[in-house]
Amino acid sequence: MSIINPKDALLDVRHLQVYFPIKRGLMKRVVGHVHAVEDVSFTVRPREVFALVGESGCGKSTTGSAVLRLIEPTGGEVYFGGENLSALTEEQVRLKRRDMQFIFQNPYASLNPRMNVWKLLSEPLKVHFDLSAGELRERVEEMLSRIGMTPDQLERYPHQFSGGQKQRISIARALITHPSFVVADEPVSALDVSIQAQILNLMMELQQEMELSLVFISHDLNVVRHISNRVGVMYLGSLMETGDTEELYRHPAHPYTQALLSAVPSHDPLHKSQHIMLEGDVPNPANPPSGCPFHTRCGRCTEECRKHKPALREIAPDHLVACHHVE
Amino acid sequence: MENLLEIRNLKITTLRGKQSVRLLDKVDLNIAKKRSFGIVGESGCGKSITANAILGLLPYPLRVAEGSIRYDSKAGERELLQLSKKELREVRGQEISMIFQEPMTSLDPIFTVEMQMYEALSFHHPGLARGEMRDRALEMLRRVNIPRPEQTLTSYPHQLSGGQLQRIMIAIALINDPRLLLADEPTTALDVTIQAQILRLMNDLKEQNDTSIIMITHDLGVIAETCEEVAVFYAGQVVEQANVVELFGQTAHPYTLGLLRAVTSLGGESRKLYTIPGIVPPGGQWAQGCRFADRCEKCMEKCRQAMPALTEVVPGHLCRCFLHSEEVEQ
Repeated sequence: MSIINPKDALLDVRHLQVYFPIKRGLMKRVVGHVHAVEDVSFTVRPREVFALVGESGCGKSTTGSAVLRLIEPTGGEVYFGGENLSALTEEQVRLKRRDMQFIFQNPYASLNPRMNVWKLLSEPLKVHFDLSAGELRERVEEMLSRIGMTPDQLERYPHQFSGGQKQRISIARALITHPSFVVADEPVSALDVSIQAQILNLMMELQQEMELSLVFISHDLNVVRHISNRVGVMYLGSLMETGDTEELYRHPAHPYTQALLSAVPSHDPLHKSQHIMLEGDVPNPANPPSGCPFHTRCGRCTEECRKHKPALREIAPDHLVACHHVE
Repeated sequence: MENLLEIRNLKITTLRGKQSVRLLDKVDLNIAKKRSFGIVGESGCGKSITANAILGLLPYPLRVAEGSIRYDSKAGERELLQLSKKELREVRGQEISMIFQEPMTSLDPIFTVEMQMYEALSFHHPGLARGEMRDRALEMLRRVNIPRPEQTLTSYPHQLSGGQLQRIMIAIALINDPRLLLADEPTTALDVTIQAQILRLMNDLKEQNDTSIIMITHDLGVIAETCEEVAVFYAGQVVEQANVVELFGQTAHPYTLGLLRAVTSLGGESRKLYTIPGIVPPGGQWAQGCRFADRCEKCMEKCRQAMPALTEVVPGHLCRCFLHSEEVEQ
């Protein structure tokens, strides 16, 4: 399905599926499954920023975690540099983490409050490398200066930093092992606007310098447009549309992408956005609708949509859409 | 009274140890009748405590140290800060009501929607029969576009989605036809497609009911879409205030300009985003002169020595900056 040669891709996700069991009663009987991620395939090229965008509960974070096997996928394969991650043992995956890291959403919760900056930053190095004390110090201080902090802050604890600084520390901790691939899950959504811009600039600089491939998960469409090269739009566990970011924002093809993009408030009171209003709410992923996941809210829904789930197909070079009605 | 609500010289303090620390400093606001007024700023600028002070909801140790909040109620002009608890309860929920940021935590999880709606009604209209309350509750749910209102009435909060809960919060807030609605980040916890629905709903209700709205948000996009008049808060002060078109078109204060550039440079030509260096100084650590001086790219010598006054740039457009006026805050 992917249109680029998988050999060129650093990350190749094929038919990824994650179901969570719903357990009831005394015996914890499994009564159903939450279909969190349903047959998701995409590729990430070296030094590329691929964004996963969608509303809460669409499965974007689960996809990110399942790619790094922080959550065990129920089905599908993930190839990283040609190697099938799904076939590795847990120990082998743990060693791989040196090369693939995760940046979490909430820096208030993801940094251990009992570790000072030195411990937070040196721990990943101690786990993955065999360095002398001097080398360790050098690597930590080098990373620290890259995120715009000074060595005298090494002895401080997370609570002594502001939200923006904490997120800088989280980024430093993820990048200190020099990974080639990073999943960043809503890295700026807990921050204020002025701080958000500082962190985004830092991430883009580091991504360029360290030649990172990045999967950037976000619900903020403006941020995604700015930071990513390619984007995938998710809805109810499925990928609805993927493509080059500018192309997709200029010519959204899927009715959901169109509605989503139109819902972003404009920053000009004289030219308010023309919203395409979606009626109702996202269906329950434990009981997803038949056919196209979006058909319950779609203005162009037909009999075909209720019966058959559309597959992603190419409508322009590198622009894939899962909709029966797009030519 | 000409305005619906007039806030004068409002100061709010908190206790840090035994020391009193100022969080809000000499804020003056006029909320006109049938208007939507936006308050925008980053966290810790004093937006939410201003709204809480209006309703007497400041949590200890926060308190109003000085100032007045006059409200033009149906029964005549009242000074909200001097009302007894009982009098305040009559105003709250009846004439002025509030929508909070997190619909998931603002409704009581152990009561059905029905009971929570009836409580708001019966508190202010003790004589209502159950049938009348049910009719009124159903009418409100329909007005906020809840699908299957009869079924929703008997649901518990955990059975409903965030967007539905926020609609129910709005329905409860509007059930007694208030004249002023305080909305504290009403859509921040919601997704963009749901946010668009809720904002349109609030605009429609304002038109139909002649309700004034105070919209508190950090999102300039929400302000641009819903408000007529805007005040920008920074470090416990109003730094700029104007009509929304004027504020976005003829931005005067460097902080407002910074906020706007930080969001509009997203998706702009340059890969590098515009940033305001540093962070908002917390209460008690404010500089002596202009509080934005440390982060301002146009900072001058006198900005560090004296605080600029909030003065009129053009009629109706206020700004607190020495670039526009020499006047010093007394």
